[in-house]
Amino acid sequence: MSVGRAVAGRPADPRRGRWRRVAPLASAVLVALLAGCGPLSPLDPQSEPARRISVLWWVMLAVAGVVFAGACVMLVAGWIRRREWGLPVLGERPRLLDGSVVAFGIVIPVITLVALFAWANVGIVQETDSPPPDAGMKIEVTGSQWWWQVRYPGTPAVTANEIHIPARTPVTIVTEAEDVIHSFWIPRLNRKVDSLPGHANRVELFAERPGVYRGSCAEFCGQQHARMGVSVRADPPERFRAWLASMSAPRPAPATPLARRGEQVFMSKQCASCHTIRGTPARGEVGPDLTHLKTRATLAALTIPNRRGYLAGWVVDPQAVKEGAKMPALDLTGPELQALLEYLESLR
Amino acid sequence: MTTTTAPPRAAQRRLDRLERIWEEPSGLVGWLTTVDHKRIGILYFFTSLAFFVAGGIEALLIRTQLLGPNGTVVSPELYNQLMTMHGVTMIFLAVIPMQIGAFGNYLLPLMIGARDMAFPRLNAFSYWVFLVSGIFIYTSMAVGAAPNAGWFDYVPLGSRQFSPGPGIDFYTLGLIFTGISTTASAINFIVTIFKLRAPGMSLNRMPLFCYAILAVSFALVFALPSLSTALIFLELDRALGMHFFDVGFGGDPVMWQHLFWFFGHPEVYIIILPAFGIATAIIPTFAERKMVAFALVALAEILVAFIGFGVWAHHMFTVGLPTVSQTYFAAASMMVVIPSAIQLFAWITTIATGKPRFETPLLFIIGFIVLFMIGGLTGVMTAAIPFDQQAHDTYFIVAHFHYVIFGAAVFPVLGGIYYWFPKVTGRMYNERVGKVSFWVTFAGMNLTFFPMHIVGLLGMPRRVYSYPGDVGWSTLNLIETLGAYLLAAGLLTIVANLLVSYRRGARAGNDPFGGDTLEWSVSSPPPSYNFPVIPKVSSPYAMWDRKDREDDEQRLAEGELVLEEGHETPSSTVLDADWDEILDMPSKSWAPVVLAVVLGLVFAMMLLQHYVTALGFAALAGLVLAAWNWKEPQVA
Repeated sequence: MSVGRAVAGRPADPRRGRWRRVAPLASAVLVALLAGCGPLSPLDPQSEPARRISVLWWVMLAVAGVVFAGACVMLVAGWIRRREWGLPVLGERPRLLDGSVVAFGIVIPVITLVALFAWANVGIVQETDSPPPDAGMKIEVTGSQWWWQVRYPGTPAVTANEIHIPARTPVTIVTEAEDVIHSFWIPRLNRKVDSLPGHANRVELFAERPGVYRGSCAEFCGQQHARMGVSVRADPPERFRAWLASMSAPRPAPATPLARRGEQVFMSKQCASCHTIRGTPARGEVGPDLTHLKTRATLAALTIPNRRGYLAGWVVDPQAVKEGAKMPALDLTGPELQALLEYLESLR
Repeated sequence: MTTTTAPPRAAQRRLDRLERIWEEPSGLVGWLTTVDHKRIGILYFFTSLAFFVAGGIEALLIRTQLLGPNGTVVSPELYNQLMTMHGVTMIFLAVIPMQIGAFGNYLLPLMIGARDMAFPRLNAFSYWVFLVSGIFIYTSMAVGAAPNAGWFDYVPLGSRQFSPGPGIDFYTLGLIFTGISTTASAINFIVTIFKLRAPGMSLNRMPLFCYAILAVSFALVFALPSLSTALIFLELDRALGMHFFDVGFGGDPVMWQHLFWFFGHPEVYIIILPAFGIATAIIPTFAERKMVAFALVALAEILVAFIGFGVWAHHMFTVGLPTVSQTYFAAASMMVVIPSAIQLFAWITTIATGKPRFETPLLFIIGFIVLFMIGGLTGVMTAAIPFDQQAHDTYFIVAHFHYVIFGAAVFPVLGGIYYWFPKVTGRMYNERVGKVSFWVTFAGMNLTFFPMHIVGLLGMPRRVYSYPGDVGWSTLNLIETLGAYLLAAGLLTIVANLLVSYRRGARAGNDPFGGDTLEWSVSSPPPSYNFPVIPKVSSPYAMWDRKDREDDEQRLAEGELVLEEGHETPSSTVLDADWDEILDMPSKSWAPVVLAVVLGLVFAMMLLQHYVTALGFAALAGLVLAAWNWKEPQVA
């Protein structure tokens, strides 16, 4: 009835032995796959909180591996010794078995869990906890379906989806939601915090070096939850200040007749009812601030690159790019579209 | 393993009389009016199996969409409906009804030496409500308006403002409706376990499977009201314009999360506890020894349910709760590991120190142990708050819960299906194909869900209808999708094995495996009256007490403890199972199915917001209920 008969001295099922030899190789492959892989991986930490969480993970994995291996060894031993009762050498010992259940089922887990609790939930949590309300530089990030508004309190600067911060400076992200629950997450810098309507959450971002750190919405928020990316760009502090100054200014006045025509198209074609362009009458609050649209690398919350063709496609037929997006398709003629593009591309 | 010798003439006359009293008609009417727990168990089995297939198709569509980056197999809206229905179906309509409704119903009375459940008509009612509520929920899919806000339907997304169609109303009303079925079942199990055990089966002589059912029933009774409250509040917001969850009016969307997860976390223990019970039934049989640390295991099963009520906010570590609250919930979440660790160690030790026969049912249990270890260990990791705050809402969590739900609940179910197939059908399955089906399913399961740990730690969020191609997730998703198809093949192999074996399998005797519990003492399939003689019980391993079982045959010959005056079964005292009184059980009745259908109409009217008509149907339901209770259960 059972698989494979035992021959004296040889384990009956060579498959089990083979599997156990493969396991360490497999884990080595896994570790290689994981190390530093991908721009959204919390296991590629670029700040102290993320690093401490990453170390916590690897240690937990190692301990879990030991526990798991121990259990597998026992099961394999059960297979090998399936013709004999009781423990090896000791035989049938019910009191010993009961005692081992207490030892391995209660005592050892309690010790391990208390240690883990102390390290993670008393220790590391102090590093990853929300910064106090009065800590340093704040940036307000508001989640909407399906984009992020980014404000710099104390300045007029408003942008969307792409946050700039000064490198090597603690920055507090204060996040709320405009509509449903979202979640703000930059994996390589810190843990996620939910963006709730009516209640602000805070998380600290400290980028150790300049660079771009991608993130995404991390709470299901409706049809286009999958296309609600966010990114943080850390610049050297002087570069950041220059950026913030230019972002605080109103839009550069359109320099060519085509661009001026484009601004007229913008104002007359409902765009202004949803979008703000500082320096013009457009004061809509439904969609992102477009004052310096051309400074952004992407459109539609990191869905498409911010290049002329993509911008044209997005404006003419938003549903084809991001089905369910709140932006309506505009009825533009060819010349109107060309003018509008010229204008939007001038918004540096 | 017993041999059946022809009983003497007097005994045969008694058996014939019992048969006449308990036998129900065949045909559609017989099944519609059945109150026999075995028939109800079979109805539950096929219905939850059908929903499992539906949930599986939804899963395959999900995986096909995620085969490569930027997939276009389904639209974002359809994807969100599929992933929501997959969760709702698998949890509420497949895994729980299968374990409690099918396994629990069929086996519990047999294991405790009773002739039926305490409330047979209520039992039937539970099944019909389950069926009608499942149809109600799936009507949403038929009209293209399935709920699409995820199986936990957070607000404000689930509110009328952001989900204007009827989809979420199907969700709220449908789950309230299903909850009626599950609550009734839980009450039935509790009373049955406390009052209908065969005299002599004191609580410490009850099989471990029954402890699991007892624990899960208590958990259900205390957890479901929280879900129903949340659903009622949401439906009041949606249909009548109230503001329970509306920030602008002083409501709080986080309250939904508390109410939901106060139910939702015990729910996952509800999903897994009966599976523990199945494992504790299979292990002693195939390891050919009694369970190590029986009392500790029984206690652990109860503790899992109990401690499981204190951990719910570990689903909310990113919401912004005060640190001290989060720390408490993390501590409780670590505490709940202990009873599981006790059981795991006891099971493994029992197998290792017995003489295990590695046949198909035990293979599934060993697979369960391995998979539960992995799922449990990743669960422990999520009790480390900072780690959870990175892993939350990523595929790491999807991997974790599929290991504990599929690995630790479905695998024992599959093993249990094989184990009790001979008892229910009277035929043996094919052992070689059984082993193949195990390995394919095990391989498919790991191939599908193991890479999810990795892709989650590479930053892939949950509930995304597609993902970009430049972030390193593509290969792993491809492997997962191929794994899902392999898993489907494994499951189909099981189905094929059982279908063919049903027709052509070797005839099974009473006890093909050397089982330790009482269902193996009767024929395969059992007679309508379960036991010709109320069994005498001296230990939790009643089948292995040969003297007691021989005494039963003696008593049949002498007419003792046969209880053949009508639909009779004994009741006993709660702790020590001393004789209490003889109960008159009901026979077939139309009331359960009619009441379930009328309730379905009530809920349909509420969905359509025809509240006056709903009240009318509710009054009709009251009349049916009165008819149900009009007369005492009749002697046949």
